Amino acid sequence: MKRRDFLKSASALAATTAVSAPAIFSPAKAQGRQETLLVISESGPNNIDIHGVGTNVPGYEVSWNCYDRLISHEMKDVNGTAYYNKDKFKMELADDMNVGDMSATFKLKKNAVFQDGTPVTAKDVKWSLDRAVSVGGFPTFQMGAGSLTKPEQFVVVDDNTFRVDFAKKDRLTIPDLAVIVPCIINSELVKTHATEKDPWGMEYTKQNTAGSGAYRVVQWTAGTEVILERNDKWVGGPLPKIKRIVWRMVPSAGNRRALLERGDADISYELPNKDFVELKEAGKLNIVSTPFSNGILYLGMNVKNPPFDNLKVRQAVALAVPYQKIMDAVQYGLAKPMFGAPADKPTEVAWPQPTKFNTDIEKAKKLMAEAGYPNGFETTLSFDLGFATVNEPSAVLIQESLNLIGIKTTINKIPGSNFRTELNKKVLPLYINVFSGWLDYPEYFFIWCYHGKNSIFNTMSYQSKDMDAFIDGAVNAAAIGDKANYEKDVKGFVDLAFADVPRVPIFQPYVNVAMQKNVSGYQYWFHRRLDYRALVKG
Amino acid sequence: MLTVILKRLLVAIPSLIGVVIVTFLLTRALPGDPAAYFAGPAATKEAIQEIRVKLGLDKSLPQQFVRYVRDLAHGDLGQSLTTGQPVVTEIRNRLPASAELTLLGLIVSVAIALPLGIFAATKPNSWIDHTCRIVTTAGVSLPVFFTGLILVYVFYYLLGWAPAPLGRIDVFFSPPPSVTGFYLIDSLIAGDLSTFRAALSQIFLPALTLGIFSLAPIARMTRASMLAVLASDFVRTARASGLTTFTVVVTYAFRNAMLPVITTLGMVFSFLLGANVLVEKVFAWPGIGSYAVEALISSDFAPVQGFVLTMAIMYVLLNLLIDLLYGVIDPRVRLEA
Repeated sequence: MKRRDFLKSASALAATTAVSAPAIFSPAKAQGRQETLLVISESGPNNIDIHGVGTNVPGYEVSWNCYDRLISHEMKDVNGTAYYNKDKFKMELADDMNVGDMSATFKLKKNAVFQDGTPVTAKDVKWSLDRAVSVGGFPTFQMGAGSLTKPEQFVVVDDNTFRVDFAKKDRLTIPDLAVIVPCIINSELVKTHATEKDPWGMEYTKQNTAGSGAYRVVQWTAGTEVILERNDKWVGGPLPKIKRIVWRMVPSAGNRRALLERGDADISYELPNKDFVELKEAGKLNIVSTPFSNGILYLGMNVKNPPFDNLKVRQAVALAVPYQKIMDAVQYGLAKPMFGAPADKPTEVAWPQPTKFNTDIEKAKKLMAEAGYPNGFETTLSFDLGFATVNEPSAVLIQESLNLIGIKTTINKIPGSNFRTELNKKVLPLYINVFSGWLDYPEYFFIWCYHGKNSIFNTMSYQSKDMDAFIDGAVNAAAIGDKANYEKDVKGFVDLAFADVPRVPIFQPYVNVAMQKNVSGYQYWFHRRLDYRALVKG
Repeated sequence: MLTVILKRLLVAIPSLIGVVIVTFLLTRALPGDPAAYFAGPAATKEAIQEIRVKLGLDKSLPQQFVRYVRDLAHGDLGQSLTTGQPVVTEIRNRLPASAELTLLGLIVSVAIALPLGIFAATKPNSWIDHTCRIVTTAGVSLPVFFTGLILVYVFYYLLGWAPAPLGRIDVFFSPPPSVTGFYLIDSLIAGDLSTFRAALSQIFLPALTLGIFSLAPIARMTRASMLAVLASDFVRTARASGLTTFTVVVTYAFRNAMLPVITTLGMVFSFLLGANVLVEKVFAWPGIGSYAVEALISSDFAPVQGFVLTMAIMYVLLNLLIDLLYGVIDPRVRLEA
C-alpha cells in the first residue's frame, strides 16, 4: 500500500515536471512564402560595406545586391547556365559610356535615386571611387589592379557627367569598374555620419546600406540572418521579382541539405561535393555546377630552396600526383581536370587550360634518380584546414602517391586564420592552395602567380626572366590591342609555366548551387556569390 | 547574509583579474595573425600592415594590454572582426539564447534524471536500476552532435514533426519584444501564444539533445547520494518509527541527498553553457558557444576574451548561488565554513 502511494505520487511529480511535451510540434504558419526567398549558407557577412576593414566574402554578396556600379556585365549562355560575359558591358547607373584614348566618360541615368530618395550625382560617384582608392586594404588593392590609384583620376564634369582618367593604358581599367568594389554610395548620407576619426563614414556603412541598388538590408543579426527588401525605385535594371530575401546562416552542412530536401530552403551553396552529387542524382532539386572563372587548385612547391629548386624533382612530383583519384574520391567528378591533355594538343590562348601531365610513377621514379634523389627525401605537405573537406583527402592521396617515389611527407594542417600568414612567409616547401582572380584574363592570373615581382600569390617564389618578359609583353600587347604579340606571349608563358612546373595545377573547382525546382534565374558571376536581382520563384 | 555575499564577491575579484591577464596573454599566444586573416585573400604586405595599425596590433603587448583594460573599465570589450559587432552587444544578444537553451535542457534532464536516480537507489539492482544505468551510459557516450543530428533526421527530415533547425524562431515569425531575452518568457509577457509555440517548437529538439547529454551525471549523482543517505542511521530510525516510505524517501532522504546533486547541477549548467557549441552548430542556434569558437578559429581576440570573462563572472555568480542554496537546503551548512 505504501509502496503504491509512493509510486503514485512520484509519477505525479514526474508528470508535472515533464512539461507539456505533446502538441508543441506544429508547423509554423507560412506567410508570404511566394514573395520571399530563403537562402541558407554556412556563414554570413561581418560587414556589409565592401570598403570595410576585413569585409569577408559573404559581405560581398550584400554589397553586390544593395549597391550599383556605373557599369556591369551582360549575360551569356554557357552550357545552359547564365554566365557573365566578361567582354560585354551593360550600363547600370550610367546611361552611356564613352571610352576615349586616355579617359572614359559616363553619363548618369537621370532618374537614378538613392534609397532615401536623393538623386545620384557625379559628386557621389567621385566620392565613392575616391573612397575606394583611399581607404586602403582590399578595395584599394582591387582598384589598383585596374590602374585606378589616385582620386585625381576621377573627375566631376557636371552633375550628370563623370570622367575617369587613365593613369596608363591598361585593358583591365574598364573591367575593374564593373567589379564589386567601385560601388556608388550615397555620399551626403554617409558624410552626415562621418567623424574626424572616420572621415569615410565606415562605421555607418558597416551596419547600413546606403546605395541605389536593387535591395537594401532591413535587418542584420550577425552570424544569424540578413533580411533584405527590394528597392522599388531601382533604375539599374528590370525590377527584381523577389520582394524579400531572408538569408539564414546554417553551420551544419547536413542540415543545409535536409532543409533543401524538405523544401524549406529555396537555395544554397557551400555543400560538400558528395551531397551535391547525391542531390543531383535524386533529381528533386536543380543543381548548377559552374567552374570558377580563372581559378585553379594547385600543388605548390617552394622553388627557392632544395629539393624543389631542382626542375627534375618538380617534374617528378607533377607525374606522381594522383590526379584521377583526387577527381573521383575527393571531388566526386565535380571539377574540371587541369591535367592529362593529349601530348599533341597545341597550347591555347586561354587560361586555365590543362597540363599534359598524367600520373606516371615509373617515369617519376626515373626523374627522381636523375635528380640525385634515388632514395627520395622527407618534407612536409601543408594545407588550409579552413577548406579541409577538399584539402585533407587530397593531401592524404598525394602523400600516398609521393611515398611511391620515395618522397616521405608529413601532413601539416594549418588553421584557416594562420594559413595566409604561413603562406606569405614563403617557406612552406609543399602545399595545396587555390587561386582565383575576379578579372578573367590569363595575364592577370600570371602577373599575380608567376611574375618575378613576387606578389604574395607567387607562393612558390618563382623567378624567371623569360617568364617576366612574356607576361609584360602580353600586358603591353593587350593595352594597345596587338593581338598577334598577345597570343604569342600568352602561349609563351603558359608553356613555360608547364615546363618549369613551380606549381602543379590539379583541377578547376566548381561553384555548386542547389535550388528548388521552382527557383530560376541563377547567374554565375566572377565573384561567385548570388545575384538576387535575377532570381525568380514560382 | 548581505555581508557574506559582498565578502564572497570581493574574494572573486583577484581571480577575475587573473582571468583578464591570462586570457589576454593566451589570445596573443595564438598562432594566427588576425591582420593577415582579415586583410582578405588579395592583400599585399602593406595592406596587412595597414590593417594591423587599424586594429592596434602594431603596438607592444603592454600597450595593447593597457588599452584593453582601459576599454574594459568603460564596459567596452572591443569589436569582433568575424561578426563586425561590438562584443558587448553580441554577448548580450547571445547569452540569453544559450542560457534559455541550457536551462530548458537542464529542466528536461532533471525531469528525467531525478526520478530515475531516486528509483534506482530505492531498488538497487532491480530492472529500474539497470534501466538507469543503460540510459545514463547511452546518454553520456552519445556525442551531442550525433544525438542532435539523429533527432533532426528523425523528427524533421523523416517525420516532419519538428520545424526546420533554423535557430531560435521560424523564418516567418519575428522575435517577441525583448524583456528578458528568453523568447519563451518574452512571448508570454507579450501574450503572443503563436510566437510562444513557434519558439517552443524550435527549442524543443536542441533542449532534448542537451538534456540527454547531461542526464548521466545528474542521475548517477542522485543515485549514489541517495544510496548513501538511505543506508544512514536516521533513515533507519525513520523507517522504524513507521513513517510512510514516501515521507522517508522524499522528505528525509532526498532532502539530505540533494547537496551533491545541486553541486553537480551547478557544474553541469556552467559547463553546458559554454560547451553546447555543437548543439548550437547543429541547430543553427545563435548562442555564445558557437560565437566563441568561430572567433577562436579566426584568431579574433576580442570575442574570445569577452567570452572567457563572461564565463568567469558566470561561474563566480553561480557558485555563490549554489553556496547560498546549500544554506537553504541544509541549515547546518555555514557559508563562512
